[in-house]
Amino acid sequence: MSGSIPSLIAKRIAAAALTLLLVSMIVFSITSLLPGDAAQAALGQNATPAALAALRAQLGLDQPAIIRYLHWLGGLLTGHPGRSLSDGLPVSVLIAKRLPESLLLAGLTTAVSVPLALALGIVAAMYRGSWLDRALTITTLSMVAVPEFLVATAGVLIFAVELHWLSALTFVLDHPTFGQLLRGYTLPVVSLCFAVTAQMERMTRAAVIDQLNQPYVEMAALKGVGLSRRVLVHALPNAVGPIANAIALSLSYLLGGAIIVETIFDYPGVARLMVDAVSNRDMPVLQACAMIFSAGYLGLVLIADVCAILSNPKLRRS
Amino acid sequence: MSPQAIPSPEPQLAAHSPETGSARRRRSRIALSAAGRVGLALVVFWMIVALLGPWIVPHRPGAVVSSEVFAPMSLRFPLGTDFLGRDMLSRILIGARYTVGLALAAALAASLAGTVLGLLVAISGRWVEEAVSRILDAIICIPSKIFALVMVAAFGSSVPLLLLTAAISYTPGAFRIARSLAVNLSVTDYVQAARVRGERRLHVACIEMLPNMIHPMLADFGLRFMFIVLLLSGLSFLGLGVQPPAADLGSLIRENISGLGEGAPAVILPAIAIATLTIGVNLMIDALPGRGRRTERGGAA
Repeated sequence: MSGSIPSLIAKRIAAAALTLLLVSMIVFSITSLLPGDAAQAALGQNATPAALAALRAQLGLDQPAIIRYLHWLGGLLTGHPGRSLSDGLPVSVLIAKRLPESLLLAGLTTAVSVPLALALGIVAAMYRGSWLDRALTITTLSMVAVPEFLVATAGVLIFAVELHWLSALTFVLDHPTFGQLLRGYTLPVVSLCFAVTAQMERMTRAAVIDQLNQPYVEMAALKGVGLSRRVLVHALPNAVGPIANAIALSLSYLLGGAIIVETIFDYPGVARLMVDAVSNRDMPVLQACAMIFSAGYLGLVLIADVCAILSNPKLRRS
Repeated sequence: MSPQAIPSPEPQLAAHSPETGSARRRRSRIALSAAGRVGLALVVFWMIVALLGPWIVPHRPGAVVSSEVFAPMSLRFPLGTDFLGRDMLSRILIGARYTVGLALAAALAASLAGTVLGLLVAISGRWVEEAVSRILDAIICIPSKIFALVMVAAFGSSVPLLLLTAAISYTPGAFRIARSLAVNLSVTDYVQAARVRGERRLHVACIEMLPNMIHPMLADFGLRFMFIVLLLSGLSFLGLGVQPPAADLGSLIRENISGLGEGAPAVILPAIAIATLTIGVNLMIDALPGRGRRTERGGAA
């Protein structure tokens, strides 16, 4: 396989699009394996067969699955993924209202976790084998293994119930002051940061150590270059690609974590919308949310991939 | 390997960077194995609890045995009582059995399916590889919690469904590891020799390749187990996992959450139980000998 960087990246994008298409087939077939359920659910057990048939025709449930899939996919691509079964609003409106909130939460988490993880990861790599490094290793291994809902409930218990410092629920205000923002967002952001930061720290450490093991860094050491200069000036620029890759991959942890954190703090984001859709068996909303999360994951992986391509001259030729 | 393979973040968790410098390595290995021993002890403890649970419960886990709800720890109820006045020790013993048992079964299913598919891809042609890899790549793109929500919404929550969901969700990760191991093995001299002397594909896969994949797959199995514990207890915490009257550790936290304000042991102890189980697994796997070496070999191959 030969090709320039743009064609390599274009290939990745095409592959991602193909994967997303497969994802849409999987999501659709799981959610429509039980036909007619939506009409039955909407009208209840006592519905007359005639009313059921009418509603099925209205919802398009009387058509074969492949037609319904293509119809749904077309709607998804044109921004009209149907209407919510529970309140009749267009799914696009519901999601448009929620998406900015979720992105805000994700953005705040990124802003906190990335600098923290990079600093810790680089320091751990510089002093690898030291007590600090070992302590960090055990801490991050433990942080990854602790579920978000534990961090969140422990945080609520300590900081909201006992100390009254922070808010147990996140209220979304129109024009929040900085203090209100801090009170409301600290707990959800910290809960989300936990696993993401730990994961990112470990991958950053590995990427920097990988560079420190290269002959050119040894050469610099033999010339008498100091440790911090060796790491910051020599190794780090070469580790930028792997680190960017690590950041993008670690951020994909946010997607699953958001489900728990938004529910606990009653945060009005997309994840919360999706959990509600599960309890209401609101399939159109559920399908659209699942596609958004999967697309988010694919997008992050694509960014990680592109960073790896751009930073690795060997990949450019392969 | 297909060039567009989408990396899964999971296996990198405990992945060790190869370290050089023998003195450094020796020191860090001793320290890690201390953490590893703690991890091993925690894992063994929870396995024993899960195994013996029903025989050592002091009370029937569903029985209301005290008029006091959210009772503190006492001689009669060593771990206090829950929101209905049921014995917490009994409930945690049985809850751990659900959590550990379900996660073990699902992780086993995922690892087996991943290994079989990985071997299948290694010994068959390009089309099978393309098809299997594409489908599994698509599954890995649906975050496991999202996939579980879709499955629960479509079929309703039940123990077999949770098992199936977790197994499907974590098969692609196991498949990737198995495939890369199998691809590396298929170019080794002894596998080539077996091919040349005319062994059947099935023989090559099962007799020549499989025994050399078991060790790394076991370490991967542990990681998968941990992630499935996290997934299932998260779902139960949301009320979408194991349904009452049965309860796993996640459901125990959910049903006793109203005791959080008074710091009742009924909500804190199941939380500690989950954390010690998952942290134990992670520390143990990270300290396994050969994990670092495996990455080194993988890098050199």
